[in-house]
Amino acid sequence: MTFLRTIGRTFLSFLWGVGHLSLFALTAISHCVRPPFYPRLVMRHVIDIGYYSLPVVGLTTLFTGMVLALQSYSGFREFGAERAIALIVVVAVTRELAPVFAGLMVAGRIGAAIAAEVGTMRVTEQIDALTTLSTDPYKYLVVPRIVAGTIMLPCLVIVGSIIGVFGGFLVGVYKLGFNPAGYLSATWDGLEWIGVLSGVTKAAVFGFLISLMGSYHGYNSRGGAQGVGAATTHAVVSASILILCFNYFITELFFSL
Amino acid sequence: MTTTPKIRLSGVHKSFGPKHVLRGVDLDVQPGESVVVIGGSGTGKSVMLKCVLGILSPDTGTVSIDGTDTTKLKGRDRIDLMERFGMLFQGAALFDSLPVWQNVAFGMMQGRRHLPKAQARELATEKLAMVGLPAEVGLLSPAELSGGMQKRVALARAIASSPEIIFFDEPTTGLDPIMGDVINDLIIKSVRELGATALSITHDMASARKIADRIAMIHEGHIIWSGLPSDIDGCGNPYVEQFVHGRAEGPIRMPVRAI
Repeated sequence: MTFLRTIGRTFLSFLWGVGHLSLFALTAISHCVRPPFYPRLVMRHVIDIGYYSLPVVGLTTLFTGMVLALQSYSGFREFGAERAIALIVVVAVTRELAPVFAGLMVAGRIGAAIAAEVGTMRVTEQIDALTTLSTDPYKYLVVPRIVAGTIMLPCLVIVGSIIGVFGGFLVGVYKLGFNPAGYLSATWDGLEWIGVLSGVTKAAVFGFLISLMGSYHGYNSRGGAQGVGAATTHAVVSASILILCFNYFITELFFSL
Repeated sequence: MTTTPKIRLSGVHKSFGPKHVLRGVDLDVQPGESVVVIGGSGTGKSVMLKCVLGILSPDTGTVSIDGTDTTKLKGRDRIDLMERFGMLFQGAALFDSLPVWQNVAFGMMQGRRHLPKAQARELATEKLAMVGLPAEVGLLSPAELSGGMQKRVALARAIASSPEIIFFDEPTTGLDPIMGDVINDLIIKSVRELGATALSITHDMASARKIADRIAMIHEGHIIWSGLPSDIDGCGNPYVEQFVHGRAEGPIRMPVRAI
């Protein structure tokens, strides 16, 4: 009986969490389209999420593209390796690797920062103070982060994809000795608009999820430093899991038909 | 003729799961009056204050401001009501991402007031001067201030919009006795100058005696005594007497387990 009760309690708690998160997300989305707006705060978070995440996303995608070219070569050198490797790099990077890796890196960097900042504001009563100063905390804290995250992750992924493809080019040309013009031509041939579109769509969804999970866990954190620490962990873990789940569903949506 | 109380709590109940924090709080605060609610830790003082502010919703009962029930107010109406309030938080609750002057002028730069930056800064400097802080402090970050200075900045923020009602949550907690007295004097001065109504919660009896026109005691979620500060010592209520004299022995039992 105790075992069944534990399972039941866990399931109910899961359902409560999903409902609570859905309500939080709907409230945040509804505030995105209702004034007042805080463009200056959106700009601040655009710079935080976009500009300051660029080095980490750039390095991640650069080395991902490089290692992908190197690994693919061993399997494809027998038959027209040059064209096959360029194709694999551009397809894999634009469709999957750049959005997922950029999403996971930004979840670690920005998701944690949002949860820690909003969580600290919660436990030090700064969110209550906002309310008493006639300011809606959703509009002031949550909306600018969600808007900035949803806008900036696609930009990061576009830049990251270019860097990742460039990484493959560097290894292909300078390590494996391929003809630069031939590699570029194969890359251009392999580039599909649907691949780029799916990558950018994934990035927008991931950006939304990262900022939503950071804000949600921070906003609902309780119990001082330990609560803020737990909120930060939950924000990163839940955003990472959601990124991987949504990656599958968006891929299915774009490519299974 | 009876005047409508500025703040009226009637039968306010609030529970968190199985824990019943407020069990029918009834309290009136008259216009221009300064009421201090005293009580031990965990007796529901902060929850009561948050119910008045609308940060928490009472499970049952009403909170009225100038005779209007505010418990169901939402959106624009809630924001309009909030513009009539000022609040000093226990831990100051200053926004650490903003310099001191922007903290003070925050309420004036948001919403319908939306003061231009230069004017807001001037107002912040003026309010900082009212609490005895020089203009240079306005440029510092809240993290660079001492606890006493943070409380003074928080007081400047609470009075910045010249509110009709000011709430004080443990205004002297964590301060040395001298700084505590400085804050008490500033509270009295600010409330008098603004002609505001004040509702404070504290367990600091020296502060309560100094800033209150009337003291009420909350215990186990309801008001058990209310009267003038001068009457509190001989009020005959054993709960109040135990609290005022800070005795471990008496009807108020602390849940301390034997080691």
